[in-house]
Amino acid sequence: MTDIPDHLRQRAEDARYRAQAGDTLTDTLGSGDLAVDGGADERLLSVIRAGSIQELRTQPTDKVNVWPHLLVVEFVAALCVFTFVTLFSIFMNAPLQELANPNKTPNPAKAPWYFVGLQELLTYFNPMVAGVLGPGMAAAGLIVLPYLDKNPSTRPEDRKFAVSFFTIFLMFWAVLGIIGAVFRGKGFQFTLPWKDGLFFDL
Amino acid sequence: MDNPSVAKEKLGELDDKIRGSQAWNSIFRPGSIFKQGYQDSPRNRSYVIMNSILYHLHPVKVKRHAVKVSYTLCLGGISFFLFILLTVTGIFLMFFYRPTTTQAWNSIYQLKTSVTFGLLVRNMHRWAAHLMVLSVFLHMARVFYHGAYKPPREFNWVIGIVLLLLTLLLSFTGYLLPWDQLSLWAVTVGTNMAGYTPVFGNQVRFVLLGGNEIGSNTLIRWYVLHVLMLPFVIVIFMAVHFWRVRKDGGISGPL
Ligand code: HEM
Repeated sequence: MTDIPDHLRQRAEDARYRAQAGDTLTDTLGSGDLAVDGGADERLLSVIRAGSIQELRTQPTDKVNVWPHLLVVEFVAALCVFTFVTLFSIFMNAPLQELANPNKTPNPAKAPWYFVGLQELLTYFNPMVAGVLGPGMAAAGLIVLPYLDKNPSTRPEDRKFAVSFFTIFLMFWAVLGIIGAVFRGKGFQFTLPWKDGLFFDL
Repeated sequence: MDNPSVAKEKLGELDDKIRGSQAWNSIFRPGSIFKQGYQDSPRNRSYVIMNSILYHLHPVKVKRHAVKVSYTLCLGGISFFLFILLTVTGIFLMFFYRPTTTQAWNSIYQLKTSVTFGLLVRNMHRWAAHLMVLSVFLHMARVFYHGAYKPPREFNWVIGIVLLLLTLLLSFTGYLLPWDQLSLWAVTVGTNMAGYTPVFGNQVRFVLLGGNEIGSNTLIRWYVLHVLMLPFVIVIFMAVHFWRVRKDGGISGPL
C-alpha cells in the first residue's frame, strides 16, 4: 500500500499539477477529485472514472456500412476503369518502334511524358539545376509540405496562400511538360504541332 | 424439362445441395453473402466485412461523406485497382518476354503478332501504366486541395510521396523493356539527367545502367527492378498507406 513505484507517483504529481493549471481533461473531472486526500493510488483510480473518457471521445458521427454502400461504389469504379482500359486497348495499339540502335539517335529524342518537363527545364538551365536540383527540391518540398503548413484549417477560404501556391506549382510542371511534349520538334526546337505535326510517343 | 417450373425446382435442389454441403460451408464464413439463406440485416452487413478478408482493407462502417464519389473521386482506389490490373497483365507478359538485348524486341513482336490476346494484353499493360501515373498525380492533388495532409495525416502524405516516386520508377523501368528506339532513347535522356548529380554523377549513372552505357546489363537490371523489386516495395508501402488511412481516423473531412 505504501510501496508505490516512483513513476506512478510522478504521474499523479503531474496530474495534480495539470489540474491546477486548468487542463481540459480535469475540467470535465472537476479538479476537486484529483486533490482528494489519501493514497496516491486512489487519485490514479479517480482519473479513469466512467464517463470522463467517453465524454471526450464520443462525438456522434453519421456512419454507413461499408457493405453495401462503399463496396458497391468501389466495384462500379473498378468496372468503369477496366472497361475504359480494355476498350482503349482494343482501338489503340501501344507503340513498338524499330529495334533499339545506339548508333542511330532519333530526332528529337524525348523522355517519357512525366519526365519531359525536366527535359524542357534543361533548355533553360544547366543540367545540374534542371536535371537534379529542380526535381530533387520539388520532391523534398513535397515531403516536408505537411510539416511546413501549420495552418490547421481545411477550408479553402482559409488557405488562399497554400492553394494558390500549390496550383502554381502544379501548373508550372504541367506547362513545362506540355511545351516539352507537344511544342518541341526536331533538335528539340520550338515547333507548332498544328504546323509541323506531333513529335511525341507514349 | 420443357416445363419451366420443373427446371426451377431442379435448380433449387441443386443449389440446396451445393450450398448446403460441408465443403461450401467450410469456405464461406458466417455472414457471407454466398451462404445459404443470406439475409440483408444490419448484423450481416457488418459480418460481410468483419468475417472476411475485406476486414484487412475496410472497417465495418465509414463516415457517410467518405462514400461520396465527389469527395475522393475514387482516385486512390483507382490507382490501387490499376496496380492490380498491371500485376495481372504483367504476369501474362512475363510468360513471353525475354530480358536480353537480342531477344527482347522479338519477344514483344511475337506477343503482338502470334500470341493469343498478346496484343490486347500488352496494350492494356501499357495504357494502364500511363493511366496509373496520371491517377496517382491526380490523387495527390485532391489530397492537397482537401488539406487531407494535415495532422494527423502528415506521415501518410509522406508515404504517398514515396508511392508516387515508386510509381514513376516502375513506369520508367518498364519503358526500357521493349528495347525499341523509343525505349532506348527515352531512357538515355532520362539517365543522362541523373548523371548530372553533383559529385557522384558518374557513379549514379553507372549504377543505374550497370555500366557506362545502356546495354544488356541495363536491361536485366531494370527488368528485375520492374517485375520484382519495385512491385514488392510498393506493395509494402501501399499496405502501410491503407493502414494509416484507417488509423488516422478514416478519410478526412468533410470540408
Ligand atoms: C500508388 C499510389 C497510391 C495509392 C494506391 C493510394 C491509395 C489511397 C487510397 C485508396 C486512399 C483512400 C482515399 C482515396 O481513395 O482518396 C488514399 C488516401 C490518402 N492518400 Fe493515397 N495513394 C497513393 C499515392 C498517394 C500520394 C502520391 C499521396 C500524396 C502525396 C497520397 C496521400 C494520401 C493521403 C494523405 C490520404 C488520406 C486522404 C484523406 O484522408 O482524405 N497517396 N490513398
